[in-house]
Amino acid sequence: MVTKKCVAMLLAGGQGSRLGVLTKNTAKPAVPFGGKYRIIDFPLSNCTNSGIDTIGVLTQYKPLKLNSYIGIGQPWDLDRLNGGVSILPPYMKQSAGEWYSGTANAIYQNIEFIDTYKPEYVLILSGDQIYKMDYSEMLEFHEEKKADVTIAILEVPWEDASRFGIMNTDDENQIYEFVEKPKKPISNKASMGIYIFKWKKLRKYLIEDQNTSTSTNDFGKDIIPKMLKDGEHMFAFPFKGYWRDVGTIQSLWEANMDLLEEAPELDLYDHGWRIYSRNPVEPPHFIALGANVRRCIITEGGIIYGDVYHSVLFSGVTIGRGSKIHNSILMPNVKVGENTVIENAIIAENTVIGDNCYIGYKARTEEDNKQDVKESEITVIGENLVLPSGFKLDKGIMIDADNFRAYQAVV
Amino acid sequence: MRDTMGIIYTGESNISLREITLRRSVAALPFGGRYRVIDFTLSNMINSGIINVGLITQNNYHSLMDHLDSGKQWDLDRKSGGLFILPPYVSSDNTGWYRGEIDAYHSNMSYIRRSPQKYVVISGSSMVCNLTYDDAMEFHKDNMADITVIYKQEKNTTKKELSRHTLIRTDEQNRIWDIEVKPATPMSDKISMEMYILDKKLFEYLIEECVARGQYDLNKDIFIKNKEKLRILGYPYNGYLAKIDSIHSYFKHNMELFDLDNHYELFHHAGPVYTKVKDEVPAKYGDNSIVENSLVADGCIVEGSIENCVLFRGVKVAKGAVVKNSIIMQETEIQEKAVLENVILDKEVIIRKGKQLIGQESYPVVIRKSAII
Repeated sequence: MVTKKCVAMLLAGGQGSRLGVLTKNTAKPAVPFGGKYRIIDFPLSNCTNSGIDTIGVLTQYKPLKLNSYIGIGQPWDLDRLNGGVSILPPYMKQSAGEWYSGTANAIYQNIEFIDTYKPEYVLILSGDQIYKMDYSEMLEFHEEKKADVTIAILEVPWEDASRFGIMNTDDENQIYEFVEKPKKPISNKASMGIYIFKWKKLRKYLIEDQNTSTSTNDFGKDIIPKMLKDGEHMFAFPFKGYWRDVGTIQSLWEANMDLLEEAPELDLYDHGWRIYSRNPVEPPHFIALGANVRRCIITEGGIIYGDVYHSVLFSGVTIGRGSKIHNSILMPNVKVGENTVIENAIIAENTVIGDNCYIGYKARTEEDNKQDVKESEITVIGENLVLPSGFKLDKGIMIDADNFRAYQAVV
Repeated sequence: MRDTMGIIYTGESNISLREITLRRSVAALPFGGRYRVIDFTLSNMINSGIINVGLITQNNYHSLMDHLDSGKQWDLDRKSGGLFILPPYVSSDNTGWYRGEIDAYHSNMSYIRRSPQKYVVISGSSMVCNLTYDDAMEFHKDNMADITVIYKQEKNTTKKELSRHTLIRTDEQNRIWDIEVKPATPMSDKISMEMYILDKKLFEYLIEECVARGQYDLNKDIFIKNKEKLRILGYPYNGYLAKIDSIHSYFKHNMELFDLDNHYELFHHAGPVYTKVKDEVPAKYGDNSIVENSLVADGCIVEGSIENCVLFRGVKVAKGAVVKNSIIMQETEIQEKAVLENVILDKEVIIRKGKQLIGQESYPVVIRKSAII
């Protein structure tokens, strides 16, 4: 076995319950983003572009779509003779099987996988963030500081700080204080959930942690505080640039809308740092006579007869004549009939919406438009639904196949 | 159709395609916004279940090889079979320059003989269509044909248009009794699609026979000469067909893709059309973009106005630019307030601010690769 300097472990098992119907049948990392991507494309592409070619993807919740999406990793150039991408679900052991009970436990259960590559370092990543980052710079920093662990940090607005793991550092970026989700934040340096550990050190702490019955087996809550208490060499790697945790409907919607800016902070056009994805086999999209497309992104396979403004359209989306799509995200293969209005909505994959529908009804007044769209105003429709013609859905409602009939009756 | 191999000949003449084939063969010509002409021929074979495909190259094949790579995008990176790119070579009995299509097959006879399949599908590379060979193969077997020629009947076409093609005449039993190659006064409206099905052993025999007599023309020396001796049948295809052999036909057939019936027949009918993936960002439109009746590929940024256009991947149309009835290939940039009508811009062209280029529908302006205007 070729030894690898650094192995990446991508935590992709979370349920992502705050995304509601979008993650009802899909793991969060497989949620579509930005017209042709899925969230996991970002960490995977970052790894490839940073020269990390050995990645374990830890799956647990509804992994079917994620597994088939990753496949053998060819779209990210991760189909390698040595290393490449491996999907690591929980497995049976001699006595019993065991689910991943926490982020640290998931890595603990895969110590053998990491050991086979004899890495010096292990990079821990999350599968629910949108950002571009050169992990090789972080690794260099980690080596330079001779750190036991390096945590990537971002300066967040003070009012958001209590949602993150917050730390204080000295002039050398050494961490001397760490609090997970503090009520009263001591600083605004937030952990991005991206860690590089010396593997030997992490291995020791994982085993210790596993043997501590009071532990929740979580990196932020258990491993990092314990290492700090033990006086390990811990550093913070300051990251600058676009970074979004897209764990909520609001943040997912906003991060998509960010791409519609004239010059988005997240530059996807950089040919030196491409974001790879599994491309659908579709022809270029077609904009018909009489259609109107402004301030939007549309990808291959689309057929557009109506008006699309300030929206993100994924592959194979069709919009009928006279329909108006505004401030919305239409995921792969959504079909919209004629004279339908969709405002401030997220429509999941393969859903069909009939003629003369109104999604996001009573959406926004002139007065509302002066303010940002709030989560309570975003309408979300689950996947594989067929909404009959004339269907009206109020703003801020979330429906899927199980409950949509109830709403049809109300309106 | 695992018992069938495919052979694609890409050495067609490209004189009438002017500047856009200066540095590439017809097979490598960009078509339909994100494809090369060869993608259709290859996808037809893949969608028929053919997994051993030999591709014979002759003219300027670098661009073609770059596009095809290992054949992975067409699922042709196989352990058994897969894609074989067969460039010309020099040896004691081979000059490297083929004297005709038959010479090309003869030069690659060792590959053909070694292939374990029973049947062979021969195809040129300038016919763009979306079909599978399954039905034609069934027809070939059921009717005990020696050779089956796939053809398209074009009832509403002018004589002038027909005289670009090789035409066949068939009787009620579909037996071909006459073949005319680019006739001045066409006697038939059945266009040979330059796709043939035959037994591989027969193919090998016919090629050897011709070469022994110094004959190198597939139509004249095999089909016309053997039309009585062999059972040569025609099999009709009814879908959309585009023969790319001149700037005129190239322009016309790209523009025909705005008709959604043609669009469906060419891109989805028998199966998907595979091509090289470029990992481009989805196309983006600005606040003032006006877009009508156009095909737009990923990676484009359109801020100006486009109408009846095919935009390949990574094209930029700046604010105030107006582009009509045009084909714009990859990575071309059209700057502010430029005005273009009836033009074909090759890859990586830059049209500077305010410049105007107006061609005629019957004779579009063609700008070569990487030109700056």
